[in-house]
Amino acid sequence: MRIVKLIALVLLVAFVGIQFVPTKRNQSEIVPKTDFLLVNNSPKNISTLLQTSCYDCHSNNTNYPWYNKIQPVTWFLEHHITDGKDELNFNEWENYSNRRKNSKLKSIINQIKDDEMPLWSYTLVHQNASLSESEKTLVIDYMEQIKDSLQ
Amino acid sequence: MQNISINLKQNEMNFSKKNHEHKNNNKKVVSKKVKLTTTIMVMAFVSLTAMSCKDGKKEESKDTMHSEMNHDESMDHDNMSASNDKMDSNAQNSDAKQVLADYMVLKDALVATEKDEAAKAGKKLESTLKGFDVSSYTAEEQKELKDIIADAIEHAEHIGQSEMDHQREHFKTLSKDIIDMVAITGTDNTLYQQFCPMYDKGSAWLSMNEDIKNPYYGSKMLTCGKVQKEIN
Repeated sequence: MRIVKLIALVLLVAFVGIQFVPTKRNQSEIVPKTDFLLVNNSPKNISTLLQTSCYDCHSNNTNYPWYNKIQPVTWFLEHHITDGKDELNFNEWENYSNRRKNSKLKSIINQIKDDEMPLWSYTLVHQNASLSESEKTLVIDYMEQIKDSLQ
Repeated sequence: MQNISINLKQNEMNFSKKNHEHKNNNKKVVSKKVKLTTTIMVMAFVSLTAMSCKDGKKEESKDTMHSEMNHDESMDHDNMSASNDKMDSNAQNSDAKQVLADYMVLKDALVATEKDEAAKAGKKLESTLKGFDVSSYTAEEQKELKDIIADAIEHAEHIGQSEMDHQREHFKTLSKDIIDMVAITGTDNTLYQQFCPMYDKGSAWLSMNEDIKNPYYGSKMLTCGKVQKEIN
């Protein structure tokens, strides 16, 4: 029993300890002029969908729920956000060339179609971020439309 | 952390032995235990703080290394552009040649429906693209090439990590990038631009051989497609 208690104590200390490890927060008040929704003057329904389902990891501003401020959840998230922004940052949209926009749009469409995005681990905790079939069609059609307008 | 918990267990065992041996000395043991617990807490906290500090330092040193590397690279570029000016401008850039060679390995892996081989070829192509030196081209060509390369790197990277169907999806866009690249760099060998009308509303690829071997379907539809263009 004493061993269990001691291990529990050490774990508790470790848990408290890691709360002091500094992390980068992905938060920004400014929406740059290069933002996807601004540039394309997207309708309200599309904006809302993208902001709830994509922008947490694919923009410079994450809407953190309270439990995401606790370690080790924050580490797990930080990694996801860095990767996500690396692949696609909606805030930087207008900085991409037409060639790259085209590639990104293709990937967006394919990933939504195949249910690979939003990530299941993300929708697990963000129920409202998962896209219904009709929402999927809405977003995909919109992305197709933008893709066609590029050519 | 593991070490600490192992030590703990040992200490615990020692304690229980002592407990049995000196039942009279209970008070002493209790005070020792308090000491031990405090020590452990302090140790755990210190080691965690140390760990987090170390992480920070690591990042710093990585950054400095990075900037040094960039520095070296840019120096290399200068040297190379100087030597490139002296070279025959008609000869295809060796980087472009290597990109095409890697691309062909990838294409053949997709024809054979070999996922692992394709992934390997994708990674190889990615690293060749990352080292592509565009300094021998005109400013306008450089801009276009850089754009093509940035896009192609992403597709090659994904091919290195994905399943077959994704690899083929990315190969389609990658092929367009490489075709556009060849339009700028030219080619020493004759290339055949081939076209499969069935895959994703029609998709092109490049081959060294005139015979059709379809990378989008592999053995399922090996000879489906036609030669669209001969590139010399």
